[in-house]
Amino acid sequence: MTSALLRLSGITKSYPGVRANDDVSFEIAPGEIHALLGENGAGKSTLVKAIYGLVKPDAGQMTLNGERYVPAEPRAARAAGVAMVFQHFSLFEALSVAENVSLGMEDPPPRRRLAARIREVSQAYGLPLEPDRLVGDLSVGGRQRVEIIRCLLQNPRLLIMDEPTSVLTPQEVDTLFTTLRKLSAECTAILYISHKLEEIRALCDAATILRHGKVVGECVPAARSAREMAEMMVGTDLTPPERSETRPGAVMLEARALTLPAATQFATPLREVSFAVRTGEILGIGGVAGNGQDELMAVLTGETRAPAGTLLLGGEDIALAGPSDRRAMGLRTAPEERLGHAAAPDMSLTENMLLTSGAAEGLLSRGFVRWAAAREAAEKVIETFDVRTPGPAVAARALSGGNLQKFVVGREVVQSPPVFVVNQPTWGVDAAAAATIRQALMTLAATGSAVVVVSQDLDELLEIATWFAAMNEGTLSVPRRVATLSLEEIGLMLGGGERPGNGPEAPPDATPPRTQAAEAARAQA
Amino acid sequence: MSPELLIDALIIAATPILLAAIGELVTEKSGVLNLGVEGMMIVGAICGFAVAIESGSPALGFAGAALGGAALSLIFGVLTQYLLSNQVATGLALTLFGLGFSAMIGQGYVGVVPPATPKLDFGPLTDIPFVGPVLFNHDLMVYVGIAIVAGVWATLRYTRAGMILRAVGENHDAAHALGYKVIRIRLLAIAFGGACAGLGGAYLSLVRVPQWTEGMTAGAGWIALALVVFASWKPWRIVIGAWLFGGITVLQLNLQVAGVKVPVELLSMSPYLITILVLVLISSDRRRASLSAPAELGRVFHAAG
Repeated sequence: MTSALLRLSGITKSYPGVRANDDVSFEIAPGEIHALLGENGAGKSTLVKAIYGLVKPDAGQMTLNGERYVPAEPRAARAAGVAMVFQHFSLFEALSVAENVSLGMEDPPPRRRLAARIREVSQAYGLPLEPDRLVGDLSVGGRQRVEIIRCLLQNPRLLIMDEPTSVLTPQEVDTLFTTLRKLSAECTAILYISHKLEEIRALCDAATILRHGKVVGECVPAARSAREMAEMMVGTDLTPPERSETRPGAVMLEARALTLPAATQFATPLREVSFAVRTGEILGIGGVAGNGQDELMAVLTGETRAPAGTLLLGGEDIALAGPSDRRAMGLRTAPEERLGHAAAPDMSLTENMLLTSGAAEGLLSRGFVRWAAAREAAEKVIETFDVRTPGPAVAARALSGGNLQKFVVGREVVQSPPVFVVNQPTWGVDAAAAATIRQALMTLAATGSAVVVVSQDLDELLEIATWFAAMNEGTLSVPRRVATLSLEEIGLMLGGGERPGNGPEAPPDATPPRTQAAEAARAQA
Repeated sequence: MSPELLIDALIIAATPILLAAIGELVTEKSGVLNLGVEGMMIVGAICGFAVAIESGSPALGFAGAALGGAALSLIFGVLTQYLLSNQVATGLALTLFGLGFSAMIGQGYVGVVPPATPKLDFGPLTDIPFVGPVLFNHDLMVYVGIAIVAGVWATLRYTRAGMILRAVGENHDAAHALGYKVIRIRLLAIAFGGACAGLGGAYLSLVRVPQWTEGMTAGAGWIALALVVFASWKPWRIVIGAWLFGGITVLQLNLQVAGVKVPVELLSMSPYLITILVLVLISSDRRRASLSAPAELGRVFHAAG
């Protein structure tokens, strides 16, 4: 028992109205990879902030290496050997990699020595980084490497990682895990926070599960199934979404050889994207981030206009219609970026409700807002989708990511739109909420809507989608029926091996390319 | 007019806005937009004037101007950093307050002649043809202004303190998470900006005019604000811009004297037109624009957790 690196006993922290941490105790051994699991709002962040000195607990004690540990501020935590990689990166885009690293260190060496050290450590741990590049020019994975190296340069004894993989591609996740295992072998303990249970099972030695601020269980993740852990986390049984077979109907949304040049030098051009979605179906669009999904999404929502005749809604050309016109015609969307894109951060939930649903729900009358009806509509979404918030008057910014996601998806889904397009529906959302959202999407399709889901979570797409297509460098593969897909075929699609018109490389059973996809779909159904 | 004299007049016209602009640059680099430059300048002008008259020493006058400007800026600092008031509105209020307040203390000083600020003695260097009068025939504040620009440039570029200042202006939440005292750093930057604006104001009342009249800054503070944008937040470009804008002022006066028919109004609006042009140019490239302006400029920081 005395060998613990960090021991927490009875940590309690209350905020007005909430007890974020309630008598939390656990220990981490040197070199152990310890998972901290819990739903949104279970108190993980508060606990981690207490360990890193950003929050002062009301009660309880921490010991580090057997000595009393009371970090008054992050500097003290870093001096004691505790480092942290933040969920929302704490990086400065206009500063170089080396400057960013230096800002996170107590007494950084002079510039040239620091640059050399960064190269050294980045090679040792397989995290390639150029010290002189601006952080603003790096990919998300690159930015995370900056954060990790910033921590590693201080030889931490404990590394805290808050949801490190939520923004990474599968390849980047693999690289990260290799790095973390290497660190663990070198006796650096890691406190790992994640929603992704399979990852925790693959990586972590032990797990502490929090619910409503209390420790509700401890386990060895490899010995438990993901479902068991999820149920401990949620406190109820989880039911996987029910797949009800519905008969597909008419084509609702169709893209015909949609081609669009890149808007900026960092964007991806769209090349001859074609698909057709019918009522009762979900089209899942997968792919590694940055292959044109964002551009396609912008075209579907109406933020960017496409060439006339390339996008049809119920047979009508909507390529040049704006978002409001599309909403009026029955195309609802939920973009990926929740704050600032799907919701106005400083406006209340009621106002956000009005922004997309004012006209359709009858919340406006002759240019005036019917506030009571709007509040009711927002309350209905909050209730139906179990959005955890004091009420509809709360600003969107104040909600946690998962809860806001439930709101922006729910806001559209409750109106049963004929066509619904959603990007990353469960990004950063905990298991229970993700299940709710997925179930809602499937129910929506089952009740006769056509749904397009763009996601980087393959498991999610395979779970809910009827058809699967992958984006690669701006092209979309021919949609394939999920039920008949093998993993190898999916891999091939993601890698761009099955582009429309690739001819001989496409498997013999591939559907004919481009505009005949719709007919082919009808034939397969 | 000989070119030496023109350049001398240009440098004298440029120094007040150069001082005020380099101070505002530091404030804005920390992420704070203080639109009260005009107010801080004029308070500096009267404080410097009054102290110089009472003590008989221009040097003490400049010190007093810096203190006065800094004190006024700290009113802005407390309002915006602790009480989280809107920076734009507070800055405008500071300008109005400064104009009124300076007129009030200045009542007894109208028409008084301040002690002369001596030119630095460089000995034989001053006698070199052209170079002498242009480079070595100024008062101390001209060189102090250039030294402050050099100091700010070196600090921002080479020191940890400068890096922390840039970091706070770039992403205050991240800086806070890393344990930097965002509010304290910003207050220091605001006070520095106020002190520099005060020096600039005193240069007007003690050297350039030299006299005290109500509202004597006559928009110099606004030119300084425009200058920061014109310089796209880079210290050395402040010098170029100050000379350019100062040159326009001198040209304006000389053309008037010479009776050339160029509308004076056109010349006096030209600094702003040039600034707008520069703004359009730097924002035409989205990525470059995001790198030149401090990302948190004008945003309220509220520490969470």
